[in-house]
Amino acid sequence: MTSATDVLLWGVLPYVSFVLLVAGTVWRARRDRASWSARPTGLAEARLLRWGSPLFHYGMLAVVLGHVAGLAVPASWTAAAGVTDHAYHLAATWLGTVAAAATIVGLVILLYRRATVPRVRTATTRGDVVMLVLLVTSVVVGTWATVQLQLVDGGYDYRTTVSPWFRGLWLLQPDPSLMHGVPFVLGLHVVAALVLFALWPFTRLVHAFVAPVPYVARPYVVYRSRGGAA
Amino acid sequence: MAQMAMVMHLDRCIGCHTCSVACKQVQSTAEGLEYAWFNNVETRPGRGYPHAWDEREATGAGWVRASSGTLRPRGGGRLASLAQIFAAPGTPVLAAYDDPVAEALRSRVAGPAPETMGGARGPEPVRSPAPRDSVADDAVLAHLSEHVTADLAETFSFYLPRLCEHCLNPACVAACPSGAMYKRVEDGIVLVDQHVCRGWARCVPACPYKKVYLNPVTGKATKCTLCVERIEAGEPTLCSDTCVGRLRYIGLVLYDADKVEAAAAVADPHDLLDAQRDVILDPNDPDVVAAAERSGIPEEWVMAAQWSPIWQLVSRFRVALPLHPEYRTLPMVWYVPPLSPVVDVVAATGADGEDFATLAAAFEQLAGPVDYLAEMFAAGAREPVTEVLRRLAAVRAVTAGSSGSSGSSGAGASGAGASGAASPGPTTSARPARGRRGGPDPAVARAVGLDPGELTELHQLLTKADYADRNVIPEAYAASAQALAELGCSLDEDGGPGMGAAAPPGAGPAVVAPAGGGPAAGGPAGDGPAAGTVEATRGGRFNLLGWTGRGRPHQLFPAPAPSPARPASPSHPPSHPPSPK
Repeated sequence: MTSATDVLLWGVLPYVSFVLLVAGTVWRARRDRASWSARPTGLAEARLLRWGSPLFHYGMLAVVLGHVAGLAVPASWTAAAGVTDHAYHLAATWLGTVAAAATIVGLVILLYRRATVPRVRTATTRGDVVMLVLLVTSVVVGTWATVQLQLVDGGYDYRTTVSPWFRGLWLLQPDPSLMHGVPFVLGLHVVAALVLFALWPFTRLVHAFVAPVPYVARPYVVYRSRGGAA
Repeated sequence: MAQMAMVMHLDRCIGCHTCSVACKQVQSTAEGLEYAWFNNVETRPGRGYPHAWDEREATGAGWVRASSGTLRPRGGGRLASLAQIFAAPGTPVLAAYDDPVAEALRSRVAGPAPETMGGARGPEPVRSPAPRDSVADDAVLAHLSEHVTADLAETFSFYLPRLCEHCLNPACVAACPSGAMYKRVEDGIVLVDQHVCRGWARCVPACPYKKVYLNPVTGKATKCTLCVERIEAGEPTLCSDTCVGRLRYIGLVLYDADKVEAAAAVADPHDLLDAQRDVILDPNDPDVVAAAERSGIPEEWVMAAQWSPIWQLVSRFRVALPLHPEYRTLPMVWYVPPLSPVVDVVAATGADGEDFATLAAAFEQLAGPVDYLAEMFAAGAREPVTEVLRRLAAVRAVTAGSSGSSGSSGAGASGAGASGAASPGPTTSARPARGRRGGPDPAVARAVGLDPGELTELHQLLTKADYADRNVIPEAYAASAQALAELGCSLDEDGGPGMGAAAPPGAGPAVVAPAGGGPAAGGPAGDGPAAGTVEATRGGRFNLLGWTGRGRPHQLFPAPAPSPARPASPSHPPSHPPSPK
C-alpha cells in the first residue's frame, strides 16, 4: 500500500519543509534582518512592472486563499453550510482558473522583464533563479493539474485525499496512504511547493512575512527619539 | 520641538558642485547608490534632477487637502496606498536620474561605424546638457505663459542646490508602510531605519522633492541624513562646510508641534507660507523658552535657537522662502531667492540694475522672473517674493553705497527719491552721499520695512557672515550627557536596576552617564523615582563637571530680570555688531 517513497514524500518531506521554513525564518530574522526586503527593481523599469506585478501578486493572493479554503475546510463543513458539492466544485474551478490565469500572465510579464531588461537581469541573484524555477514549477504544474483534472477529465475530488492528508499533517497524524493514488501532476505540484517552502526563508520571498498590515492603524508621521523609540 | 534647518542664499551660489561632490564622496558611496546624489545642484530654469521632479502632476507627491479640511498623502490614504504596494506608481526610473557618464557616452564610444564619423561627429545623445534643451523640460515653466517662457529662456537663470528638506510634515514618512522612516524628536532630522525598511518603495514617489533613493543592491531606501553624525558632534553638514560660496546657513529653530497639522492644512495654498512661518516660534520669547525647558530641550539648545541664523532669516527678516510649499510638507530647507538674475534682466533693458528704486519698480512689472520665483518658492504668490526681493535690493544698495563708487551713489539718491514717492516715506532730496560709509540709507531701509540698524544686521548676515555665524549647531552628545547627569540614571525607574537606594552604589549610573562622572552618579541615583523629576532635579542641583562653559544653567546664575521682548543673547558675538567693518 504505502511504499517507502510515499512515506518519504508525504510523511517526512512536509515536516522537513516546515521545520526549515520556521527555523530559517527565525534565523534570518535574528541574524540577517538588514537583508529583509522585497528588493524592488522599479528603478530599472516601470512600465512592465506596473502591469506584471499587481497581476501576479493579486492573482497569487487569490490562489492562496483558494488553497486555504480547499485544504483547510473539510467538505463536511461546507456541506453543513448548505453548499452542494456541485456548486462548490464549479466555484472552486472557475475562480481558481481565473486567479491562476492572472498569476500566470503576471508571472510571464515579470519573467520576460527579468530576462530582457539588463538592469533587472543584473540584479537577479542565484537564489532568485532557484526560487523562480521552483515557483514557476509550482504555479505551472498546479494550473495544469486544475485544468487537466477538473476541466478536461471532468473532476477529481481532492477533498477526500489531499485535504484530509493536509489536515492530518497539522494534527501530527500524517497518513501518507491518503496520497497514494493521487494523480502524478497533483503530486508534483505538492512536492514542488514543499521544496519552495523549505527554501522560502533564504530567498526574497521573506517579504511576504512582513506585509505591512500595522500601517492601516498608524499615525501618518512617525516620531522617534534619538535613543530609541519615542 | 526643535528642528535643525538650513537656509541657502541663492545669490551666492556659483554652481560649482563642491557640496554635491563632498556629499557624494562620503554619504553615498555604497554600491547601488551610484546614481544617487543626496545633494545636487541644478540650473533653473532647467529639467532638474531627477528630470522634472517638481512637475505638479507627479503622481503621489506630497499631501492633498480633502474637502473636509484634513490632509492625506496624494499617493492615497493608508488602504489605497497598500492596494498599490505591488508597483509604486510615480517612481522615477534610472534614466530620469541621468545615467552614469559611461552609459551616456556609450553611443559615442561604441557608436556606429567610423564611416559616419569621417571628420564629423557621432550620434547625438538623446538629451544634451545644453541649457536651451534643458529649459524646454522645466516643469515650472510649463505652468507659465509661453511669452514668459521665451523671455526667461533668454535671460534668466540661477543655480538651485537641493537636498532632503527634512520637512515638518514629511510625506515620505507618512507613505512608509513599514514605519521605517521617522522624524527624530530632538532635531527633526528625517531618517530611514535600515533594519525596518522592507523596500516597498512608497517613499520615493511620495517625496515631492524626490530625495529618497532606493538602493537596488540592498533593496532599502536611503536618503540625506543631514550628516547626522556631524550635526551631533556640533559640526555643520559636509555640503555646508565645503560650500565655496558660503551660502548655507544651519541652525536650530523651535517650533510648535501641535500647530504643524493645521498649518499644513490651510485652505489656500497662498497662505501656506505664512502658516509655515507661524509654526516657528520666537526663541527669545520667555514663554517659548519656558515651554522648551518644560519639554526637556536642553538650555544649550535653546540658546542655539536664539543665535540661529535660520530664525533671523526666516522669521525676523523674512527673506527666506520654502521650496514648493504647495506640497504641504512644510519643508525645512529654506531659500533666499536670487536677486542677481532679476538684476540682469533689468540691466538688459538698459536701466541701472544696481539702483534700488529702479529694481523695486521693476519687480512690479517684470512678469517673468518674479513669476518663476513665485511658482518655485511661494506656491505662485508674487507678493512674498517681491517683498523678499525688495529687501535683497535694499541690502544690495547698502553694499553699493559702502563701495564708494560715486556713480552708484548718485543713482542711489534718485532711487531713494523715487521710492519715497512710491511709499509714504520721507523725501530724500538732499542726500547724495548718504550710505557711503557703512550706514544704509534710512529711506531705503524704511521702504522695505526695516530700520537702518536692522538693515545693517541683515546686510551683515547675508554678505559677511563667517563660519561661526552661518553654522550654529549645539553638540547633541554634550547636551544629552549633561541632561543625563541631571536626570540621574535612566535605569532609575520602577523595577529598574538603579531603582531606589538599595541599588548597588554606582553600578548603573556609571554606565549610563560616563561623561557626568561620579558626582552625578552618586547624587540623584538614590533620590527617588526618575520619572517626572527632570524639572525637580534641574531646579535644585547642577553637575558642574558636566558644564562645558557654554550654557547658562539657571542653577548657577540668578534668575534674569524680566526682560523686554528681545532679551537677545549678550554673549552672541558674531552677527550682531552694528558696524560692519
